[in-house]
Amino acid sequence: MHTQVTAGSVGQGEVALSQAASPRRPALAVSDQVFRAAALACALLVLTVLVGILASMLYGGWPVFREFGLVDFVAGSTWDVNNDRYGAWPAIAGTLSTALIALVLGVPISLGIAVFLTQLSPPWLKRPIGTAVEILAAVPSIVYGMWGLFVLAPLVAAYVQVPLNQVVEGLPIVGTILYSQVPSGTGIATAGVILAFMIIPFIASVTRDMFDQIPTVLRESAYGIGCTTWEVVRHVLVPQAGVSIIGAIMLGLGRALGETMAVTFVVGNANRLSASIFEPGSTIASRIANEFNEALGLQMSALIALGCVLFVVTFVVLAVARALIARVKVY
Amino acid sequence: MKLHHAIFGTALALAAASAPAAAADITGAGATFPFPLYSKWAEAYKKETGTGLNYQSIGSGGGIRQIKAKTVDFGATDSPLKGDDLEKSGLVQFPTVLGGVVPIVNVQGIQDGQLKLSGEVLADIYRGQVKKWNDPRIAELNQGVSLPDANITPVYRSDGSGTTSIFTDYLSNVSADWKQQLGTGTTVNWPVGLGGKGNEGVAATVKQVVNAIGYVEYAYAKQNKMPVAQMRNKDGAFVAPDDKTFAAAAANADWNSAPGFGISLVNQAGAQAWPITGATFILVYKSPDRPEQVAEVLKFFDWAYKSGDALAADLDYVPLPDAVADQVRGVWAKEIKDKSGKPLFPGNPS
Repeated sequence: MHTQVTAGSVGQGEVALSQAASPRRPALAVSDQVFRAAALACALLVLTVLVGILASMLYGGWPVFREFGLVDFVAGSTWDVNNDRYGAWPAIAGTLSTALIALVLGVPISLGIAVFLTQLSPPWLKRPIGTAVEILAAVPSIVYGMWGLFVLAPLVAAYVQVPLNQVVEGLPIVGTILYSQVPSGTGIATAGVILAFMIIPFIASVTRDMFDQIPTVLRESAYGIGCTTWEVVRHVLVPQAGVSIIGAIMLGLGRALGETMAVTFVVGNANRLSASIFEPGSTIASRIANEFNEALGLQMSALIALGCVLFVVTFVVLAVARALIARVKVY
Repeated sequence: MKLHHAIFGTALALAAASAPAAAADITGAGATFPFPLYSKWAEAYKKETGTGLNYQSIGSGGGIRQIKAKTVDFGATDSPLKGDDLEKSGLVQFPTVLGGVVPIVNVQGIQDGQLKLSGEVLADIYRGQVKKWNDPRIAELNQGVSLPDANITPVYRSDGSGTTSIFTDYLSNVSADWKQQLGTGTTVNWPVGLGGKGNEGVAATVKQVVNAIGYVEYAYAKQNKMPVAQMRNKDGAFVAPDDKTFAAAAANADWNSAPGFGISLVNQAGAQAWPITGATFILVYKSPDRPEQVAEVLKFFDWAYKSGDALAADLDYVPLPDAVADQVRGVWAKEIKDKSGKPLFPGNPS
């Protein structure tokens, strides 16, 4: 029997089919409603928790916002617990600079991994490398921190900072950014390197998926007219996946902004702002992780206010990322 | 299905078997410094009496918050509360163990115990005023020792901590500039240097960074075999840190000069006294809501004063002098009462 199914007649078609198959049970309607209600409750729960977190952080940080005003708090540079003066700028600057270094180092490597895995690798190598990249994401943050402190920091101190110091000492701009007074291996740059390792798996796997989704016909036509692999990547793949690569980068950025334990171990934990990336600094997450346990009164409000600032920044970044990834055209 | 039943049955049996046979457990929260010791004491006490202790090492700030919120039987803090705070909250405060904070150094050619420092020089190192190891002020304290022409890297605690509290209390005591500029606290606005998280972080950082100086609890310096510096105490003698010099600092102190035994033990008089010593404290309510729990708490600490000294020494803590323990017991008998006014502790000095 040929049933014409249009948008309007789907209901009758369903009923007709099910009547033909088995008698319609009245309990189906109730269980369906319960299921819908439960699913809606789950979604509302998540939304409530999100709004609740933001509200409680605003409430907790309110004393500090009231005392210093939003602008003074965000732009201030002193963090003096004894005299109750709090300024978030060194922490915010540290968060932004470590995230920036992580992106500068991590994005080219992630793109390279994605291109290699989708275009260049022989089939027998794809699985091991793909799995290795995924496992990189599964390494706990605190393990990265310990590895950074005990393995990476001495290497950075001996092989990067000491030679660099000799080269850039006294140079005008480059010297200010790269010279470190004490080559201890911990600092904004090392934290950025660790963060780069942590965000590579995210960016690489999303980019890899995006490259795989590009229709083969586009690549094959490009190869067909004589493009080299580099030209195919540069002129076909990256522009096609462009918007979603930006989205993947922003996902990685979101992780880099909020990463706590790994950064706390290697960032040097100085509440000062320095011009050099090899000097110790601090990030919002590391400041909170360090001081929250023993904080009382206005200091605790200041830390919660810091958390609020980070929450808002990360929220905005992730919202933009979601919007960008959702704009991928489907053929 | 059979497996399902078997698992369920085993779980029930285990739950029943692990139910405590004796009195309810006592709960406490707070300082991280004495946590290893309280755990050891709790284990031994449970073996002896069957009463367990559940201690959450969430930091002194957390301990003070929890006891004020009455969610635990006792709170533990490294920095003592002030008299008016104790009065207002109706709390009694007493010390349990002592610890020393020691400066550790990583300088080429300097052995353990070889370097001598004074409080003023140490304060100026951490203020960034004394920048090099061969500074004349360090050299004059260390005649005959060759000090390198290298920058000093001070290392401090990045997390809020009682160790920093004791250390900055000492520096405020010996240096008026320090007191005015930076003060005492669990976190201060360090002008120079690197931060390490926890005693372990500071020890690790000092070990790795050449020409660094840091401060840690004595136990960490001893267990990590880090070179320690001698300090000049109030009497002008250079002393090395060990349990004798910590005990000497406590022995000469007048424990009654501050409410709740909350005296500062830094820079005490005495030829053998180590100048950077401190105690850790317990807070309980004067008229607690659950007097039977607090009675158990007092029994636990009474046991700890009597029989816990060996365990404390094993873990490199310094037990409270017996005279002070007796004073504490006197305070318990006088101050801590149940609803009907009966004291919760018998009050017999041992």
